[in-house]
Amino acid sequence: MKNLDSVFAAYIIGWAVFFVFYLSVAKRTSSLRQEVERLKSTLNRGK
Amino acid sequence: MWKRAIGGAVVLFLVGAAAYASFYIAPEERTMRLIQRIFYFHAASAWAGMTAFFVCFTANLLYVWRRDPKWDALGVSSAEVGLAFITVVLITGPIWAKPAWGIYWTWDARLTSTFVLWLLYICYLLLRTLIEEPDRRALLSALFGIFAFIDVPIVFGAIRWWRTQHPAPVIMGGPGSGLEPTMRKVFFFSVFALHSLMVFLLVERYRLEKLRGDFEVVRRELEAQ
Repeated sequence: MKNLDSVFAAYIIGWAVFFVFYLSVAKRTSSLRQEVERLKSTLNRGK
Repeated sequence: MWKRAIGGAVVLFLVGAAAYASFYIAPEERTMRLIQRIFYFHAASAWAGMTAFFVCFTANLLYVWRRDPKWDALGVSSAEVGLAFITVVLITGPIWAKPAWGIYWTWDARLTSTFVLWLLYICYLLLRTLIEEPDRRALLSALFGIFAFIDVPIVFGAIRWWRTQHPAPVIMGGPGSGLEPTMRKVFFFSVFALHSLMVFLLVERYRLEKLRGDFEVVRRELEAQ
C-alpha cells in the first residue's frame, strides 16, 4: 500500500482543520453568550 | 438545539460516507494509484471553499447596496468558513504533490493564485480587526471583499488558460477531459458532503456574528445609562 501514510495524513489533517475551526466557533459563541448574559444582568440591576 | 444536533449528525454521516466512498467505492486510478484518492477530498474542499467565497461576495455586494448589518455578518462568516476550506486545499495539495511530482510546491499559476486567494481573505479578516467604527468597518471590508473575489475566476481559469504543473481539469475541462463514471459519482457525492459541512459551519459562524450584534446593542444601552 504505497503512499497510504500520505493519504491518511491528508484526510486526518484536513478533518482536524475543520474540527478546530468548529471548536473555535463554539468556544467564541459560548464565551460571548456568557458576556451578553452578564451585561444584561448588569443592565437590569441598573434599572 | 435538537435541530442543530440532528443537522450536525447528518453532516457527520455525509462526510463519513464520502470518505468511505473515496476509499472503497471509487476505483483505483491506473497511474497514481492510492494517492489519487486525496483528489476527492482536496477538489471537493476547493469547490466548497469557492462557494463560501461566492456567498461572501454576494453578501458584500448586498451590504454596499443596502447597508444592512446582516449582510456584513454573512460576509465575515462566509469569508472565515471559506478560508478554513482553502486552508485544507493548501495542505492536502502538497501532501498529494510530493509523491506525484516529487516536490511539495511549485509557483505555477493555479497554486500561486490559490495561495494569493488565501492571503486576500486573511487580509479581509485582518482589515476588520483594524477598524473600530462598525459601519466604516463593514463598508471597507465589503469593498475589499468584492476586490478579493476577482481572484476566484483566476483560480478557476488558471489550469484552463495557462500551462501548469497542476493537473488539467477533469470537470468542465473540454474535450478529452473527464472522469470514469464511478469516480465521477464519488466526486460529486464528496462535493455534496463538503458543501453540507460548509453550510453547517456557516450557520454556526453566522450565529456567532448575530450574537456579537446583540452584545453591541446591550453594551451601548449600558453605556447610555
